[in-house]
Amino acid sequence: MIPVGFAYERPSSVDGALALLAEHGEEASVMAGGHSLLPVMKLRLAAPELIIDISKLSELSYVKVDGDEVAIGSGTKHRTVEASEVLAAEAPLLAAVARTVGDPQVRHRGTIGGSLAHADPASDLPAAVLALGGTVVLRSPRGTRSVPITEFYTGVFSSVKEPDELIVEIRVPRTGGAGWAYEKFTRRANDWAVVGVAVVDGRVGLVNMGQTPLRATATEEALAAGASIADAAALADQGTEPPEDLAGTREYRRHLARVLTKRALTTAAGG
Amino acid sequence: MTVKVEITVNGESTSADVEPRLLLAHYLRDQLGLKGTNVGCDTTSCGACTVLLDGESVKSCTVLAVQADQQSVTTMEGLSSDPENLHPVPAAFRAEHGLQCGFCTPGMVMAAVSLLEENPKPTEKQVREGLEGNLCRCTGYHNIVRAVLAASGQDPDKAEGSEPDVVAPGFSTGSGA
Ligand SMILES: Cc1cc2nc3c(=O)[nH]c(=O)nc-3n(C[C@H](O)[C@H](O)[C@H](O)COP(=O)(O)OP(=O)(O)OC[C@H]3O[C@@H](n4cnc5c(N)ncnc54)[C@H](O)[C@@H]3O)c2cc1C
Ligand code: FES
Ligand code: FES
Repeated sequence: MIPVGFAYERPSSVDGALALLAEHGEEASVMAGGHSLLPVMKLRLAAPELIIDISKLSELSYVKVDGDEVAIGSGTKHRTVEASEVLAAEAPLLAAVARTVGDPQVRHRGTIGGSLAHADPASDLPAAVLALGGTVVLRSPRGTRSVPITEFYTGVFSSVKEPDELIVEIRVPRTGGAGWAYEKFTRRANDWAVVGVAVVDGRVGLVNMGQTPLRATATEEALAAGASIADAAALADQGTEPPEDLAGTREYRRHLARVLTKRALTTAAGG
Repeated sequence: MTVKVEITVNGESTSADVEPRLLLAHYLRDQLGLKGTNVGCDTTSCGACTVLLDGESVKSCTVLAVQADQQSVTTMEGLSSDPENLHPVPAAFRAEHGLQCGFCTPGMVMAAVSLLEENPKPTEKQVREGLEGNLCRCTGYHNIVRAVLAASGQDPDKAEGSEPDVVAPGFSTGSGA
């Protein structure tokens, strides 16, 4: 399958990319790893007139400790997140979740910034960043702003990111000592999650249980009030509106969310 | 619109004016005539089109040729110096009967080369997980896994069933601490 023809620019800096975005607005798309964008362009579900290639901008690729947070450049590939020693020590949940994305070839191309920007509620990393209580750093010619991930998503494939903004960084608190776990239920190897549950430090992020990645707030509140893992996990699907598709019915997903939350909380508690 | 690309392929510099929408797989097959890279699904699923981009496995049906500009690509053709002197991975595929029709083989071999680069002594489970981006409709995978273990210098009969120390996706798997 061949995408519709498009013009191509490869700016040599983030500033260059922002200038192009400001000039071309919604006719342009930035391409990072291209592993969400190129497949939809090949299916001709998207036909941007201009591709702004940011995949070679090394200034967007880093993982570093910054105060009590870890800062991750938006262009950092899944494979780098997976293998990062900094993350293994400071936010091991994120590295473990990155390891479950697609397959090695996908992880050699796809980026954390692309994953968050794409805003697919079936993606793994957004729910992990949500459980971690992370922040998305956006930049445009108008300036830089930080948006808590809890306020970033507005619906399926949509977020508060403006067309002239780039995600430049993702920040997550250092949670090295806290119990964590990721439970991803798939039908086949390298599939997307039917449902996924990320747990860290008593917070629970849900994959594919609604229009956006969600926190299992009822479970979190029950835990904080001293409920048992079994009782708290039984509330994991409260307030969710899971999709219904070939991989499962709504009720099946609700069941999975409760079961996987119980498993994840048990693992995170050292069980 | 065309864009000039310069890509080192199997150690030789290549260059062409290409449309931005040209896929790396088509650059290799149609522009350079390197038909060892197969296109199967064309949807990033089967792995038949896997090549190395700066040493890492990628699916060349989902990379634009312009994105590989100034980088280096290795295909099946570039692995072995001649048919009598095979690279250890294809040699092991031959010795262990790791192929039947052979359609998946170039992608399997390139994915395995990348896997062994990142993890030179994988367990059997790690080989299976490391090849999860590659589908084979013929072999049932068993001899492919044996071939990769053999290429890593391990005895496939002894390595089989070794410690599953990395947790990866699959049915209801989890990890945590
Ligand atoms: C076969 C296959 C299996 C997959 N399996 C999974 C899976 O199991 N779990 C999972 O979570 N994901 C999966 N993915 C998706 C993968 O993680 C993608 O890499 C990711 O969703 C997008 O990242 P990217 O860098 O490739 O972004 P691109 O495809 O380059 O871009 C995606 C979107 O984000 C925008 N964008 C990219 N970077 C930025 C930025 N810095 N600032 C602003 N906007 C930006 C683009 O304009 C585009 O709209 C899979 C993909 C494939 C092809
Ligand atoms: S042809 Fe590229 S993954 Fe199948
Ligand atoms: S040998 Fe035929 S598809 Fe693998």
